[in-house]
Amino acid sequence: MITNDTVKYIASLSRLHIDDADLSRFGGELQNILQYVDKLSELDVSNVPPTSHVFRVENVFREDTILPSLSPVEAFSFAIESHDGHYKVPKVIE
Amino acid sequence: MDFETVIGLEVHLQLNTATKIFCGCRNDFGLEANTCVCPVCLGLPGSLPVLNRQVLFSGMKVGLALNCAINTFVKFDRKNYYYPDLPKGYQISQFDFPIAKNGFLPVITGGQERRIGITRAHLEEDAGKLIHDDRTNATLVDYNRTGTPLVEIVSEPDMRSAQEAYDYLTALKLTLQYLNVSDCDMEKGSLRCDANVSIRPRGESKLGTKTELKNMNSFSAIRRAIDHEVASQARTILSGKPVVQQTLLWNEEKGMTIPMRSKEQAHDYRYFPEPDLVPFTLTEEQIDAVRRALPELPYARLRRLIGQYGISEYDGTILVGDKLAADFFETAAAMKVDIKKLCNWMNGPLMKELNDRRCRIPGLKLTPQDLVALINRVEDGTISNLAAKDVLSDIVETGKDPNIVIREKGLAQVSDDAQLETIVDEVIRENPQVVEQIRSGKASAAGFLVGLAMKKMHGKANPKILNTAIQRRIANV
Ligand SMILES: [Zn+2]
Repeated sequence: MITNDTVKYIASLSRLHIDDADLSRFGGELQNILQYVDKLSELDVSNVPPTSHVFRVENVFREDTILPSLSPVEAFSFAIESHDGHYKVPKVIE
Repeated sequence: MDFETVIGLEVHLQLNTATKIFCGCRNDFGLEANTCVCPVCLGLPGSLPVLNRQVLFSGMKVGLALNCAINTFVKFDRKNYYYPDLPKGYQISQFDFPIAKNGFLPVITGGQERRIGITRAHLEEDAGKLIHDDRTNATLVDYNRTGTPLVEIVSEPDMRSAQEAYDYLTALKLTLQYLNVSDCDMEKGSLRCDANVSIRPRGESKLGTKTELKNMNSFSAIRRAIDHEVASQARTILSGKPVVQQTLLWNEEKGMTIPMRSKEQAHDYRYFPEPDLVPFTLTEEQIDAVRRALPELPYARLRRLIGQYGISEYDGTILVGDKLAADFFETAAAMKVDIKKLCNWMNGPLMKELNDRRCRIPGLKLTPQDLVALINRVEDGTISNLAAKDVLSDIVETGKDPNIVIREKGLAQVSDDAQLETIVDEVIRENPQVVEQIRSGKASAAGFLVGLAMKKMHGKANPKILNTAIQRRIANV
């Protein structure tokens, strides 16, 4: 059962703000999604190995060769704020 | 109450590959901020990671060197958390199929050999670097480090004291240095260590509540932090309170820990398979090939040096502690030289020259041949031990042949019998009381005459020969 507390917790992990008024609505929707996914448990998968990737491809490597990085102009073109060659974000450390 | 300490360590090792783990950006330290970033390591939409082949092989090397089983099926997983040092909002790591598991590292600690268990070693990407900026009261982010390949090495909770943890780390670092997969420099952050610490009443088999110590920047800081935390947990328990499971940051200046804010500790990573990377399979042949290509590791080398050259564990440990010093020793030991003397010279005067210059063997111009020649000049009585140290200080700088330096500096001991006899006559004549003492059985008084004679010869005499000459003369007069 998805409680309002669970919704709040998931929202905090995802850095989402959710109004208290919306908690029970989201809880209900999440509950429906989980029930839908739970239908899969009805299948007998005892002889199926766990899937770790949907493509049947393995061992895709790149060699240890240096490629060009972005220029400073490119690197900061999408930054909301920057300062002195750094991306600038709200204070997170003391 | 008597407590037992239980310590497990997590070591993060930055690999020294040319490029990052999932992109072709340069993997380098100390470059200008945000100059090695690309859509992949910045986590821009539409970019896809591709594994650096070298990283997988370095991971295998580390695992095999730590006597681990290598998984033939390897995959990557997402570890989800939001923090500005992680541009994608998740770190690509390994959860249930790490590259290596179930190993051990032999460690000599407290005069005993112990095997410290290695739970697992897995590959992951490093995060960016956060800098607090006072002027703007904001956090500044440098993503150069983002995507640096890491191996995380997790030990079993097998260590029972801060010193054991220190000895494990020393042995681990040395092993990793021999593998040449990282520069293992704690100051640069290429080797980092967190410690899980708990205590329990001695005899109790259940583990106590553990705390995690972070932010130690040297092995000795780790030792101090653990000792501090063990004492603090003991005080908590003795006062009847429970130990709180939490992450603590070590403050080296103050010698104390501060708890991380609980918000930062609330980790719920929701691992799931990384859909952007396909799985990897390794064959037994590939694993065997890496195993065969491993260099001789420090512990095996120590055992071999002891067996092959008959040196002590103490001397061997010092030599093996620097791979290049051990190489130098073995090259020299293959020549005609007294091994014990060679060992003493390497771990004594030569070590002093290295420490004085804060350098390692390749920083000196000394060759194994010249060190052996110098030792043999002392052994054949050409120069005194003291003079030889002087010659060593010279030849490590100049790379000159020690025989030439001995001649140039006029250090060869006088072996001219006539001159020697004259000096011996002199000191005997000038010190009749001492001669009387020697005659009446006080043999040690001869040392005084040897000293006087040595002075007259400006140190260029062999004390053994002088002593014999003085004794003979007194007996004959
Ligand atoms: Zn990149």
